[in-house]
Amino acid sequence: MTGDAPLLVADKLTRYYGARLGCRDVSLTLHPGEVLAIVGESGSGKSTLLGLLSTELAPSAGRVSYRMRDGEMRDLADLSEGERRLLLRTDWGFVRQHAEQGLRMAVSAGGNVGERLMAVGWRNYAGIREEAIDWLGRVEIQADRIDDDPRAFSGGMRQRLQIARNLVTRPRLVFMDEPTGGLDVSVQARLLDLIRSLVADLGLAVVIVTHDLAVARLLSHRIMVMKDGAVIEEGLTDQVLDDPREPYTQLLVSSVLAA
Amino acid sequence: MNAQTPTPQAESRQAEARQAETRQAKTPAGMPAITYNFAYLDEQTKRMIRRAILKAIAIPGYQVPFASREMPMPYGWGTGGVQVTAAILGPDDVLKVIDQGSDDTTNAVAIRGFFETTAGVATTTRTQDATIIQTRHRIPEGALQAGQVLVYQVPIPEPLRFLEPRETETRKLHGLADYGLMHVKLYEDIARHGHIATTYAYPVEVAGRYVMDPSPIPKFDNPKMDDSPALQLFGAGREKRIYAIPPHTKVVPLDFEDHPFRVQHFAKPCALCGAHGVYLDEVILDDRGGRMFVCSDTDYCNTRQAEGHTGEMSAPAPEAAE
Repeated sequence: MTGDAPLLVADKLTRYYGARLGCRDVSLTLHPGEVLAIVGESGSGKSTLLGLLSTELAPSAGRVSYRMRDGEMRDLADLSEGERRLLLRTDWGFVRQHAEQGLRMAVSAGGNVGERLMAVGWRNYAGIREEAIDWLGRVEIQADRIDDDPRAFSGGMRQRLQIARNLVTRPRLVFMDEPTGGLDVSVQARLLDLIRSLVADLGLAVVIVTHDLAVARLLSHRIMVMKDGAVIEEGLTDQVLDDPREPYTQLLVSSVLAA
Repeated sequence: MNAQTPTPQAESRQAEARQAETRQAKTPAGMPAITYNFAYLDEQTKRMIRRAILKAIAIPGYQVPFASREMPMPYGWGTGGVQVTAAILGPDDVLKVIDQGSDDTTNAVAIRGFFETTAGVATTTRTQDATIIQTRHRIPEGALQAGQVLVYQVPIPEPLRFLEPRETETRKLHGLADYGLMHVKLYEDIARHGHIATTYAYPVEVAGRYVMDPSPIPKFDNPKMDDSPALQLFGAGREKRIYAIPPHTKVVPLDFEDHPFRVQHFAKPCALCGAHGVYLDEVILDDRGGRMFVCSDTDYCNTRQAEGHTGEMSAPAPEAAE
């Protein structure tokens, strides 16, 4: 991985929902191993932007390119459906706020982790199982829970399972949409520790959407602040949060409750 | 709806249907005869179904949509198979109909009678004499020959249905040959039961491309689909799909390297004809645990008995009593 070549480049992404604006003219560059936080209040266009970057939404204007594993920079709009799906389940991950949307709730934990492996051609049961147990261990889920449904898991465990399911194919880029939303603070703290160490160990590039500035500060290298569908401020996380220039960013930062 | 008292309309419809049959066989004097088009369906419908069949044969294992018609029987009773049979039936064909291997159960008798009435074709129970065999949930034990056509009745043609409820999505998955989900199901079987517990409707890959539901035949019959000299057609009436396996096509059950596909094995041979390596039905004999296992394929069993084969419970053997 050369640090110089960008992994993901977005150019003037714009998305309208009918006449209503989702997000406008967002450009960004993400390098391998870099963690980018997108913050802003509800309705500011964070999730729309994440949807556009991850090809779940089609942009009204603008484009996204990605450096494939073979090193070639491809415009994501030009990928065939098959290539796009392969990318989504091998080189990318998507951790959702609600684990029920990112997991198969009626399938055991092992099946959830193994699904991507089977989708890329693994046909050895023992091998799939071994890999699943390894990944459950990495996200601090005991091996004897491998045959339990996620329905029997707590919120924090579901979220960790979702992370294992995404990371099992060694992706280079992971999208996270409020991964700690709805969890109580002690569980949040452990999950954040886990994400931080996995990101560092695996050299993952991450785009994380959050409204929690503390999460952004803990995980991200860079930060983008969105308001009304546009990016109003961006820079190094510490710099932006310690010395916000825009009035709106100042408001956001000053709104954080001191514990 | 009240099941006890049929509505007057239903009663008169039934009466009409009964009359229609008698009229076909013997028209009473002074009454106009009802004549069916050959094999019930009109010619345009048959053409439409034949086009679907041709497409299905051209793309083995691919589910071809077709404009399934209302048939004079409820969905789930073989409306798909009946339409396929009606579309390919000719006056010289000899038809055999089996229901779970048996020639003499309700579904088989009714469909055989239906085509005797509406097409006047010859029918048989002997597998090797038939040119078309319509089947519900079994493949005959005896090897099929080139020129024979096996027509399956299919309730749910989509093998991915219980994993992915959206038809739009399953079609995409088929289009992209994205079948990882199928293995998730098999994985779950092994994780829960220690082996692949799917025993019927066991998914197969056809001609190295499409994953297909072989209809609810026991997985025991799966190997018979592979490289069969007979043409295999599948009709799903309610779901409006037709698919096919052309003769001599590779049909491979899905499995794992370390949990390979295996068929059921029976500890004892057929109690009536002594056949080994055939699919057996369990028959409960009394309320004290008495049971026997007999061939599910009645024609195969009868043929063997006629040839003098006997099993442990064969009736007339004089010294067989205890």
